[in-house]
Amino acid sequence: MRVRIKFTKTGCVQYVGHLDIMRYFQKALRRADFDVAFSEGFSPHMIMSFAAPLGVGVTSQGEYFDVELRTVSSSADMVKALNETMVEGVEIKSIRQVPDTKKDKAMTMVGGADYLVTLKDAIIIKDWADKFAAFMEQKEIVVIKKTKKSETSLDIRPLIHRWKVENENALYLRLCCGSENNLKPNLVLESFYAFLQTELPAFSYHVERIDTYTKDFISLGELGEIIE
Amino acid sequence: MRKLALSDEVLLQIEQPARYIGGEVNAVMKNKEDVDVRFAMCFPDVYEIGMSHLGIQILYDMFNQQEGVWCERVYSPWPDLDKVMREKQIPLFALESQEPIRDFDFLGITIQYEMAYTNILQILDLSQISILAKDRTEDMPIVIGGGPCTYNPEPLADFFDLFYMGEGETVYMDLLNLYRSNKAAGKSRKEFLHKAASIPGIYVPSLYEVTYNEDGTIQSFEPIEKDVPKKVEKQLVMDMSNTYYPKAPVVPFIKATQDRVVLEIQRGCIRGCRFCQAGMLYRPTRERDVEVLKETAATMLKNTGHEEISLSSLSSSDYSQLQELVNYLIDECDRRGVNISLPSLRIDSFSLDVMSKVQDIKKSSLTFAPEAGTQRLRNVINKGLTEEVILEGAGKAFEGGWSKVKLYFMLGLPTETEEDMKGIAHLAEAIAERYYDIPKSERNGKCQITVSTSFFVAKPFTPFQWASMFPQEDYVNRAKIVKSEIRSQLNQKSIKYNWHEPQVTVLEGILARGDRKVGQAILSAYKQGAIFDAWSEYFHMDVWEKAFNETGLNTDFYILRERDTSEILPWDFIDIGVTKEFMIKQWEMAKAEQVTPNCKMQCSGCGAGRYKGGVCIESKN
Repeated sequence: MRVRIKFTKTGCVQYVGHLDIMRYFQKALRRADFDVAFSEGFSPHMIMSFAAPLGVGVTSQGEYFDVELRTVSSSADMVKALNETMVEGVEIKSIRQVPDTKKDKAMTMVGGADYLVTLKDAIIIKDWADKFAAFMEQKEIVVIKKTKKSETSLDIRPLIHRWKVENENALYLRLCCGSENNLKPNLVLESFYAFLQTELPAFSYHVERIDTYTKDFISLGELGEIIE
Repeated sequence: MRKLALSDEVLLQIEQPARYIGGEVNAVMKNKEDVDVRFAMCFPDVYEIGMSHLGIQILYDMFNQQEGVWCERVYSPWPDLDKVMREKQIPLFALESQEPIRDFDFLGITIQYEMAYTNILQILDLSQISILAKDRTEDMPIVIGGGPCTYNPEPLADFFDLFYMGEGETVYMDLLNLYRSNKAAGKSRKEFLHKAASIPGIYVPSLYEVTYNEDGTIQSFEPIEKDVPKKVEKQLVMDMSNTYYPKAPVVPFIKATQDRVVLEIQRGCIRGCRFCQAGMLYRPTRERDVEVLKETAATMLKNTGHEEISLSSLSSSDYSQLQELVNYLIDECDRRGVNISLPSLRIDSFSLDVMSKVQDIKKSSLTFAPEAGTQRLRNVINKGLTEEVILEGAGKAFEGGWSKVKLYFMLGLPTETEEDMKGIAHLAEAIAERYYDIPKSERNGKCQITVSTSFFVAKPFTPFQWASMFPQEDYVNRAKIVKSEIRSQLNQKSIKYNWHEPQVTVLEGILARGDRKVGQAILSAYKQGAIFDAWSEYFHMDVWEKAFNETGLNTDFYILRERDTSEILPWDFIDIGVTKEFMIKQWEMAKAEQVTPNCKMQCSGCGAGRYKGGVCIESKN
């Protein structure tokens, strides 16, 4: 059966990349003695699906992956057992059973995510909140996306679902996320500073993902059932 | 939350920032208020390489079991971070506490290969510790060297306060206790080093003086104080089953070279290949108890969550309980969904059966290390493997469905002739022919034979320690001879040939058998920017050539000269148990193309018997 595991990624582990986090959990599930289902063959591997990759340097309160298990114990026991094998900065928040069809895989379901962008003093400019409102009032926000082969222009305005200035140095964003339409907060910031005709210095803000959602903005952690 | 030594800005502009954050699974955190000795353990190469080293894992575990001692890790910052640290004057730090190394009591550096020598200077420099031991002040850590290269510590003598000769599990606690009492008595660094010189296995280079003859050879090598021993004795663990072994090694976030549980089944090797330093240094061969190994394997898999386990030893097929251990591991690993990675086993029906259970025959390859192309030269190097044995093993494997073979050889061995070089091609051809003897209907298409050659480097404490090496151009020619001979074989399309670049060989040769004078050249090369010499993209021979010229060292003296057996060698003051008389006899037998039986067949009286353990006792039962 398939379970969905929700975890946080904060502090020093923000510098551990996505592929390494996948490897980290493969080993953690073994340390916690989870009865994981393996693929056949000479190199058996776990059947896992991670919702949305998180960039290096980004923290998160709501990350998810699915894994196939042969047998399970209660959600509460599994959360406790897995938490005992975690490092500082990674905490298991919930484990729920989810349908094991293809369309219900974490990776397939992802449609959006909420972010909190914290600006460091160096890039805070006067009245940025009002200017951000003006930026968002544009009918379209066209960015040039460079790929290896070509450059394409993309209107990112429809990919920004919500925004709010939280305080003098923090901005909340709800963005499209996933394989179809993926918008990263840094692209929003870059466009905003381009709009301001101001250079955006590197490493001048921090991004935290608050939660990850389906296309209908239901939290991935609310789907499925708690195992009693 | 732990505070990191590097800022967010720095971490986000370098490759693989997770190399520098610590905090991995099983990393040991202690309260620094509760400890009185802080030990920084360093492998002077990048994190992924250093984290793969078993010796450090053993010592890390051993030290951290002691109350009052906190052992932390440190590795070489990659050149991208190196640059930032120099620009911003950030002192090198330990991974666990993220605190500067210069505030530690000890900095222990394992010295595994010569090409890491400049990285040692980088570590000292970035730590803001004086590079030269004589310039160090009371508040700087005691810098200790250990590992195989310390068996000729002389090129590094100026940079270390002391060296630890032998296996780390033995006298470290004596050293730490001496440090504590010395400190409590308010005595100086100098006094500590002087007393430390009396602990067996500890070599304090500043307490010995070397004089030279006019021709550059050593005239005398003597302690400068009466109570400092003339000889330094190698330390080793005699009970391999009741000693330290890390049950919960650190699990890196990023993929280390050795991303698996490593189970050391024995130390030492009974074979006595004459080019092999490890085969002499770790005598006598000592096995670990199979029941202890089984339990250790299961515990380590549980504590790390690794998906693979590998056996470690110099020659696993010689482990007496191999069948029992491997059969246990196959069952245990199958149950856990863990892969087994087998080291190169001697090819026989047992190993082929095991390999067919744990590997995909179509993808995996067989490995042979004949090391030399003809039986004559194999006799010179005392490599017992014969062509008959290789062909029989390959034949069995081919009939079992394998079609890939890897062959490893060395070029530039003492007494090597063109016939020996060509013999490499002929042996590969004979294996290919053995494959095509199998009826076409029963074989899997073509066979793939990969021949790899490296160049021989003469090492201290081997029977070849007196041998001359060759000029760089000569090495290239040797490889060309092998290549053209392979290309003229009937089955040449089934044979692939790889060879290593010879520049590194020459430098390794100089550093491996260098004396104290070579230290200046290492420092000069480092000052001109040499670091990460073990990485071809960072290795620049011209920097080294310049360094040798500037320091007035004649490199031919170190590599292109057969030494007389009466010469005082820079490492003669170390006693590894194996006697010089035995080495001389082996050198003479090599020249006479005579072989020596392995330790289980017959004792050849090498001298290691005085440790009264391991194979020296077992073979007499």
